[in-house]
Amino acid sequence: MQHRSFIYRVYDLYRDGFRHMRLGKTLWLIVLVKLFVIFVVLKLFFFPNFIGQHAKEGEEDAFVATQLLERE
Amino acid sequence: MQEILSTIDTGTIEWSRAQFALTAIYHWLFVPLTLGLAVIMGIMETCYYRTKDVFWRDVAKFWQRLFGINFAMGVATGIILEFEFGTNWSNYSWFVGDIFGAPLAIEGIVAFFMESTFVAVMFFGWKKVSAGFHLAATWLTGLGATISAWWILVANAWMQNPVGCEFNPDTMRNEMVSFADVALSPFAIDKFCHTVISAWIIGAVFTVAVSGWYLMKRREVPLAKVSLKIGAIVGIVASIGAALTGHHSAYSVAQVQPMKLAAMEALYNGGTDQSLTGIALINPFEQPDYANQEEPDLKIAAPYALSFLATNDLHGYVPGINDIIKGGYINAKGEVELSLDEKIERGKQAITALASYRQAKKDGADETSLASQLAIIKENMPYFGYGYIKSADQIVPFVPVNFYAFRVMVGMGCLLILFFAVILFFVYRKDITRAPKWLYLSAIVMVPLSYIASESGWLVAEFGRQPWTIQDMLPTWVSVSNLQSSSVMITFFIFLALFTTLLVVELSILFKQIKKGPEYEQV
Repeated sequence: MQHRSFIYRVYDLYRDGFRHMRLGKTLWLIVLVKLFVIFVVLKLFFFPNFIGQHAKEGEEDAFVATQLLERE
Repeated sequence: MQEILSTIDTGTIEWSRAQFALTAIYHWLFVPLTLGLAVIMGIMETCYYRTKDVFWRDVAKFWQRLFGINFAMGVATGIILEFEFGTNWSNYSWFVGDIFGAPLAIEGIVAFFMESTFVAVMFFGWKKVSAGFHLAATWLTGLGATISAWWILVANAWMQNPVGCEFNPDTMRNEMVSFADVALSPFAIDKFCHTVISAWIIGAVFTVAVSGWYLMKRREVPLAKVSLKIGAIVGIVASIGAALTGHHSAYSVAQVQPMKLAAMEALYNGGTDQSLTGIALINPFEQPDYANQEEPDLKIAAPYALSFLATNDLHGYVPGINDIIKGGYINAKGEVELSLDEKIERGKQAITALASYRQAKKDGADETSLASQLAIIKENMPYFGYGYIKSADQIVPFVPVNFYAFRVMVGMGCLLILFFAVILFFVYRKDITRAPKWLYLSAIVMVPLSYIASESGWLVAEFGRQPWTIQDMLPTWVSVSNLQSSSVMITFFIFLALFTTLLVVELSILFKQIKKGPEYEQV
């Protein structure tokens, strides 16, 4: 790869940046743990798609209609 | 309340509301500091770009480091709100359809590409890109965050003032008919300006507080001196800007959410020439007897100020809670306002017509019959939510929260203007490095106080629109999913633990970095 090419310079920016991080390493670790908790633990186990669970695909409108029209 | 919610557990509604409030409040701890510090670090780096003095580069790097910590802690905390829509608020989530989806999708794309690209250049690119490009990246990082805020606030503004949409009874969703009306509604613009400017205040207060702490400790004096000056200038400009945009926001609220304004003011019975309440005695724990009380006890008010705030006319008409329930006055659109009973009737017509339409469609009814039902739905859809209302009490937000939160926000706003003015007095007329200790301490105390002011603004905005998740179209008890309250309660406490941990981690890293101070590079 040409060392003066735009793509190499972008790659070099990120590579060097990540290599020389100090505080950034701690912050990245926190971000990754947080993303894991949010997207894997919370989303999978605690936040299912309620309508997706209770209505067949393509019949979501009927499910919501029932919910809205029968609720007082 | 229990009686009218026969098919849904009241606990589910309350825990879902509490969970959403908790998540939003915590999310809002990170966002304003990101938006505010973006301006501060942009100014610092601009000074470096103009002077080429490495001192300014070190100053800019220091504030960028603190920005980075807050940015990392706050990133993705807003995603949880979207999870809650899909699980706890599924009816609402479906009902809003692509109106909400489009701004949030744009926000996600902009946030990901713009912020991730320019944040990387800002942190990694000091020795890799030109000074001009780096400066542009720093400002674009802030601009990316601000554009993200724009789309989120557009979505929020639509809930408060649903425009640019049409309800489709076949899909049971609202469909966008005018992107411009949704994205550029005056309500959204006012909300954006007021919210973002108030975020700059948080950034300014934080900058002044950190600088004040350094000056109190007699360390990092050159950095603290220039930072405090820039922070105070940004702060006073933003505080005055927040007051002006606050006036516009109040005017917008008066136009489209008069009940919120009446609750903010504890205005039970309105009229022309209305005065703005400075303070009054209202029991903070219970809803006042607005139906029988003329006005709150011990009311001290500024004459004509509420009329001016709500109508831009000292003699303008401002409806009170009872007026809105009774109707019959000329509203902001120049039309006769319907009474609550009339709105309930029209809401019921919309619900009945929707049921008839869907049944007729299922039965294969002819086009004429469907068209007549469609016409009824279209005509009455703006009042759809009123079809679920059983009594007037249900459409009145909890007055004490709105009343006191509004006063905390405005009072703190005035205090902030005074605070920044005093700081600037010491900067320009005295020696800020030798100011009395109380001034530095007050700067530190202003950080939590400015957050309280900011969160109070959100309390006014969100408590004031109760019971509506979508103004006049959908109340909370219809929006919520038919979940067990215990499951929502569990996730509430998970979030409480998660966010508190994040906050403690952020504060500990922030304090450590502030104690460590800037890193001066040798030339």
